[in-house]
Amino acid sequence: MLELRRVNAGYGRARILFDLDLELRRGEVAALLGRNGAGKTTALKAAIGLLSSFSGKIIFNNRELNNLQPYQIARLGLAYVPEDRRIFTDLTVMENLEVGRQPRRAGAPHWTPQKLCELFPNLGRMRDRRGGSMSGGEQQMLTIARALMGNPVAILLDEPFEGLAPLIVDRIAKTIRELKREGLSVLLSEQNLRFARLVADRACIIEKGRLCYAGTMAALDADPALRERYLSV
Amino acid sequence: MSYSSILIQFLNGLASASSLFLVAAGLSLIFGVTRIVNFAHGSLYMLGMYLAVWLAERVGFWAAVPLAAAIVALFGSVVEISLLRRIYKAPELLQLLATFALLLVIKDAALWIWGPEDLLGPRAPGFTGAVGIAGGAFPQYELLLIVLGPVVFVFLQLILSKTRWGILVRAATQDREMASALGVNQRWLFTGVFVLGALLAGLGGALQVPREPANLMVDLTVISDAFVVVVVGGLGSIPGAFLAALLIAEIKAFCIGLGFSEATLVMEFMVMAAVLVLRPWGLLGRMPAEARGAGTAQQPLARPSPRLLRMLVALVAALALVPLASGGYTLVLLTDVLIFALFAVSLHFIMGPAGLYSFGHAAYFGLGAYAAGILFLQGKMPMELALALAPLAAGFGALVFGWFCVRLSGVYSAMLTLAFAQIVWSAAFQWDALTGGSNGIVGIWPAPWLASKTAYYFLTLLFCALGISFLWKAIYSPFGYALRAGRDSPLRADAIGIDVRAAQWAAFAIAGLAAGISGALYAFSKGSISPEAMGIQRSVDGLVMVMLGGIQTLTGPVWGAALYTWLQDAAARNIDYWRALVGIVILALVLAVPQGLGTLVQGRK
Repeated sequence: MLELRRVNAGYGRARILFDLDLELRRGEVAALLGRNGAGKTTALKAAIGLLSSFSGKIIFNNRELNNLQPYQIARLGLAYVPEDRRIFTDLTVMENLEVGRQPRRAGAPHWTPQKLCELFPNLGRMRDRRGGSMSGGEQQMLTIARALMGNPVAILLDEPFEGLAPLIVDRIAKTIRELKREGLSVLLSEQNLRFARLVADRACIIEKGRLCYAGTMAALDADPALRERYLSV
Repeated sequence: MSYSSILIQFLNGLASASSLFLVAAGLSLIFGVTRIVNFAHGSLYMLGMYLAVWLAERVGFWAAVPLAAAIVALFGSVVEISLLRRIYKAPELLQLLATFALLLVIKDAALWIWGPEDLLGPRAPGFTGAVGIAGGAFPQYELLLIVLGPVVFVFLQLILSKTRWGILVRAATQDREMASALGVNQRWLFTGVFVLGALLAGLGGALQVPREPANLMVDLTVISDAFVVVVVGGLGSIPGAFLAALLIAEIKAFCIGLGFSEATLVMEFMVMAAVLVLRPWGLLGRMPAEARGAGTAQQPLARPSPRLLRMLVALVAALALVPLASGGYTLVLLTDVLIFALFAVSLHFIMGPAGLYSFGHAAYFGLGAYAAGILFLQGKMPMELALALAPLAAGFGALVFGWFCVRLSGVYSAMLTLAFAQIVWSAAFQWDALTGGSNGIVGIWPAPWLASKTAYYFLTLLFCALGISFLWKAIYSPFGYALRAGRDSPLRADAIGIDVRAAQWAAFAIAGLAAGISGALYAFSKGSISPEAMGIQRSVDGLVMVMLGGIQTLTGPVWGAALYTWLQDAAARNIDYWRALVGIVILALVLAVPQGLGTLVQGRK
């Protein structure tokens, strides 16, 4: 579905990703694990085109993304939910959704504001609220809903659980599992193994911009040494 | 003042507010989405005026208005696609310079097509009469304009809040990158916004035709008014632009109505000052997200090597020997070169080390020159004293204006510098009693012992060499380091105890003072001074000199000034459209190296 092949990327002269290989398979939820500064956000940004890679290939649905603009990548059906949410604070909930709207796509679930309000009942109750006056959890739901308005086939979530109350974490986790049931492929970055465990089928661990583990979540759970080595703080 | 005349003045103000709003709204919209301050926005307005006059003779006034607006919009799309699209990622200064160059080109193009004479337009058929209001007569056309402003305002608000396009525009105004990651193609959004802005400007100009003849000065008057409106209202806010347009236009109307037309500019300035003190980002504006200079740290400016210093001393010595070898014309040209070298170095002082944009540095040159003339002729001071005191006037002006400019970041500050320069220029242009209006002041001659070309050349050499070495020395003083620290990282500089604003303010005043010296020297060398000497053209000259030599170099501005002054002397008299030529060269350079002319010239340090 989405594949990064030997990708090198960074900001200016500072290189963050070193020959990174990463794969998201059709219909799975994959967790991109790693410590702070390992390059998780950079990898997702490189995939959606917000950051151009120095070298390597990024393939999505058999299309090379390297020279495409973010909007072109989004229109291919790859959605992105940034870490800092970046909702449009001056726009209402409904307007935020409108920005994300794209035409119906074959082979992907079709989302409408109606349907999203069923998925996130909170949003339905605050249709005309300005994005800036929502709580963090509500904003997180709005960013996911906004990304879904593009009717994506795959979605990148950058630390979707960060800073959320336990109740909201459960809510978001439930949503991610629901998205999987609808046929979406999900790649989420996460520092916290406990949260990843809630949703992920497979785990990829990166360290200093390199892939150092890829396997099932169950296998990772069974290997305390691996966890100790790459994920303990 | 009777009740009815107050009402009439109030209505006059409302009518002017409408066209002001049309321009400011477009400017604001374009900035909001593309982050480019379109210095040429007043030129689009001017094009609208000329086109409407020209078309009205052929198709009638009412067909000419929408047609003119449409042509300006079309022109806007060409500008956006062929020029702006290439420089959205370029450094801010370059973007400002590019639209500035566009202004110069359009001005000369209009001069070439329609000639230097003002073109009187027709009156609006069906709206030529007057309506009796509270015992006075009020033109029907003005009433139409009063209605039109709010109509356009509501129309814009509806577009922005109810259409998908408007929602995307607002989203992109806040976070372009995120909008793009959601599948929004910014390219056409940007083009669309620019076309809408151009359409509004063209419409504003076309509608102005029955009130005012089309003329070549209107571009700058309108853009500086629009800058004031946008700064007062808050950049990017349409309701803010509407509110501020009303405020500014009413103030103007009342000052003129009460018979204080000279006070208009002062009042306008006072209002702007009050707003900026209370609400630095304008009435309805918000603090811009990006801070100035963030992430664009420059290579440190190396200390001049002993070899370079020896060369400079040798250069001054050589210049001092010139009168032995040649006389007359060479000396006059060299005097000009020296004066503009000091002017360019003073501009460089705030643009390079301090990182402040000034698009109105000529104001301080002019203040120095005018102060010299006024002190000498009307103050009956000896020439030596007038020459010594005149720069203080410029320094004081820079102290006052600088206080505001350093409070705002990047483009805001650039807009303010231009608005201030325009205010000073208008004051010189309008205040006949003091400045001689458009004729200027004549008979400013140096004292007898300095009257010969040679003696005056030596005086200029002395002052300019001292002034330039003082400014250069300041760059390497702790003060200069503080300036550079404030430019490269305002936050960190702040955190280590540098009062960045105070340093920048002082730099502004010092640069103004130095420009004032060059202005005063200029006045006595020419024997006369006119508003032209402090016009926008002079500010551009300064910018070009600095850019030519390289912003992040030390001696660059001097070479830039020498080359440019010589070129102007050699070419300007033979080329009718010198301004357009300068503009085209700037545009070509910007398009060829969008990442900065600086990078090209930086090699030679």
